Amino acid sequence: MQPNPLTIDDIAALVREKFGDVISDPEKTPTAEFFTITDLDYLQAVMYFLREDERTKFNYLYCLSGVDNNDGTFTVVYHLESLGIHGHRLEVKANCSKEKPEIPSVSEIWRTADWHEREVYDLFGIKFIGHPDLRRILCPEDWEGHPLRKDYKVAEYYHGIRIPY
Amino acid sequence: MSLLDTRFEKGGVIISKVEDLLNWSRLSSMWPMSFGLACCAIEMMATNASNYDLERFGIFPRSSPRQSDVMIVAGTVTFKMAERVKRLYEQMTEPRYVLSMGSCANCGGPYWEHGYHVVKGVDRIIPVDVYVPGCPPRPEALIGGLMKIQELIREEKLGGKREDAKKRLAAKAAPAEEVIAAQHPQANLPKPQVKKEHEVAEAETTESA
Repeated sequence: MQPNPLTIDDIAALVREKFGDVISDPEKTPTAEFFTITDLDYLQAVMYFLREDERTKFNYLYCLSGVDNNDGTFTVVYHLESLGIHGHRLEVKANCSKEKPEIPSVSEIWRTADWHEREVYDLFGIKFIGHPDLRRILCPEDWEGHPLRKDYKVAEYYHGIRIPY
Repeated sequence: MSLLDTRFEKGGVIISKVEDLLNWSRLSSMWPMSFGLACCAIEMMATNASNYDLERFGIFPRSSPRQSDVMIVAGTVTFKMAERVKRLYEQMTEPRYVLSMGSCANCGGPYWEHGYHVVKGVDRIIPVDVYVPGCPPRPEALIGGLMKIQELIREEKLGGKREDAKKRLAAKAAPAEEVIAAQHPQANLPKPQVKKEHEVAEAETTESA
């Protein structure tokens, strides 16, 4: 297959052509270019399409991270790359509310998402629907709270050991 | 106690105290437990390797806490690790010594304020004998800390308490202020507060009287 790197506008057009209006317009900042998946019901389908389609072929999820926007919403950021095929990269975002922190899992599409999603669940408390084994990965299993949330308060004690300095 | 072999030629008899012999043999074979927690462990491994060669002091890492005398806590102690560290310490046979290596193990280091996951000093879970500052400490500093443990063992008496040995060691040590004042006469430092050995003994006799 000949490498054919696409711009984010091309990719967004491909997704819109296939699924309709499920994504936002591409946003371009000096550091990143991304679009947001607005209809979470289509998240897995869009991701699968991005991985499988001959024109996009995003075979590599090189990072998955969580963000607390401090306005009652969370964001999950997916960094994709077409490694060794087209060579293009893409950032995709998905939002959810703090009251219902649920986002479909992509661990069936990229196996590497398994641990990344566990980490985001551990530190932000975002539940990935469809994840095969959603447990904490860094903090101890009986840890209370999700430490990277903006409203996280450090507990006084953990197992009888004082936490604050 | 040095150069034992030179003494053998003088009739084959060495007179010593049992205490001294015991202390000498123990301080000459301090076996640390071989485990590391963070970047300090890299420095500890470098100290064990050929350039700094800890084995010339008889220090030789063991893979089991049951065979170890010294625990070098080299690195950041997280709450997840804290229980394991405590259990390993409890599995070590007495007499056992703990050396806290680096800022993280001493007091939480760079994680002291925002490190929700870091124990702010390993002395919150196990008793520590020697603290080695640094981030991470150089091998020379670690060797200095290990030699401090050797000095502590040298002060021990049969059936005596560790605390008393520490007091005797502290009385022998030159106060830091004195050393700094000798090296930097222009620095106007306060008078040293640490008491000399005879002063400690005098204070104890007056207290008991």
